[in-house]
Amino acid sequence: MSWYRPSDIGYSLRRQLADIGLGARLFVRLLMLFGPAFRRFGLIRDQIHFLGNYSLAIIAVSGLFVGFVFGLQGYYTLQRYGSSEALGLLVTLTLVRELGPVVTALLFAGRAGTSLTAEIGLMKAGEQISVMEMMAVDPVQRVLAPRFWAGVIVMPLLAAVFSATGIIGGWVVGVLMIGVDAGSFWSQIQGGVDVWQDVGNGLIKSVVFGFTVTFVALLQGFEAQATPEGVSKATTRTVVMASLAVLGLDFILTAMMFSL
Amino acid sequence: MQRSKIDVWVGLFVLLGVAAVLFLALQAANLLNLNFQPTYQLDARFTDVGGLKPKAAVRSAGVLVGRVEAIRFDDKTFQARVTMSMDSQFAFPKDSSLKILTSGLLGEQYLGLEPGADEKNLVAGDTISSTQSAVVLENLIGQFLYNSASSGGGSQAGKDKK
Repeated sequence: MSWYRPSDIGYSLRRQLADIGLGARLFVRLLMLFGPAFRRFGLIRDQIHFLGNYSLAIIAVSGLFVGFVFGLQGYYTLQRYGSSEALGLLVTLTLVRELGPVVTALLFAGRAGTSLTAEIGLMKAGEQISVMEMMAVDPVQRVLAPRFWAGVIVMPLLAAVFSATGIIGGWVVGVLMIGVDAGSFWSQIQGGVDVWQDVGNGLIKSVVFGFTVTFVALLQGFEAQATPEGVSKATTRTVVMASLAVLGLDFILTAMMFSL
Repeated sequence: MQRSKIDVWVGLFVLLGVAAVLFLALQAANLLNLNFQPTYQLDARFTDVGGLKPKAAVRSAGVLVGRVEAIRFDDKTFQARVTMSMDSQFAFPKDSSLKILTSGLLGEQYLGLEPGADEKNLVAGDTISSTQSAVVLENLIGQFLYNSASSGGGSQAGKDKK
């Protein structure tokens, strides 16, 4: 029961505080590296390719299937009330406002966040980060910042792809397979979806999630203990913390945006 | 060589993302139908706006001619003051009247504008005075119950007299 010793509590509390402080400092550092990072756009472009293009398949396929499922489930519920024409509106609002940003962020954390953490953790384990520091190359600027900004750029695009393929999936199931009238499917969507209230706020959400997931992944990689075990722990923590942060932030953002 | 190949793929990715955003904005949210045509403001007073909301349509003969801009409560007259922005290409006579209508059984509420016969037209800042409030279901049921109760009571009283 050494845990109860006051000095141990104080030690762990102090370490937690130091972790938070270091995280906050790194976050501000990354935000301030906006200019320098974009001056070397080649690095960001490579990361967009790595994070974006390779995530595209899983995002598009997931979006399509979520759309399929929503088409079926939404029809099942709506036809009880005789308003199956509202299927398109149901699918679109759900995807654009909620599922598009959130599911994309969760998938992105699993697909790209883990690889970011593992890559940086292994760079640390291979002492590449220390070598850079010895050569007076700032690892935050050279390694972390391009990945960070690439993640922030990529996330809204992926979320938009997810929502768009989801709507197409809902259209395939609703209009082509079940036989909801195509005209009222689209006119309900166009009548009920607002560009700023729904599409715009969904995009803002996905940008915030882009910051969150990428930052969590980078911080975990950068903080990882330089051992195989440490890297594996850091990768797990990335998925857990990024998912929890995304879901928690989503509630706060939704409450802020849609209660007005 | 390698660089330009990555460029192509990144370009494709970005294009795809932008295409998805455009799809959401144009096909789903119908951004093109947001008209940036000039409008003029009209006011109207209602005793009850029911479920009317800002951005609701103003229709005349079923055609969209404007949108509700704002709904405020006027504590001088204790009425609702509805501000509408009307499409400038349409002008309506001064004695036009407004009704709050519902599209379908459970649909959203909109304003129906019925043109009058006055020679002069409404201009910006005018107030439409002849308005018909929203139909509130509870009031309707209340009236129906009251009417049937009084008619039933009346016949009962008649029987008693006999």
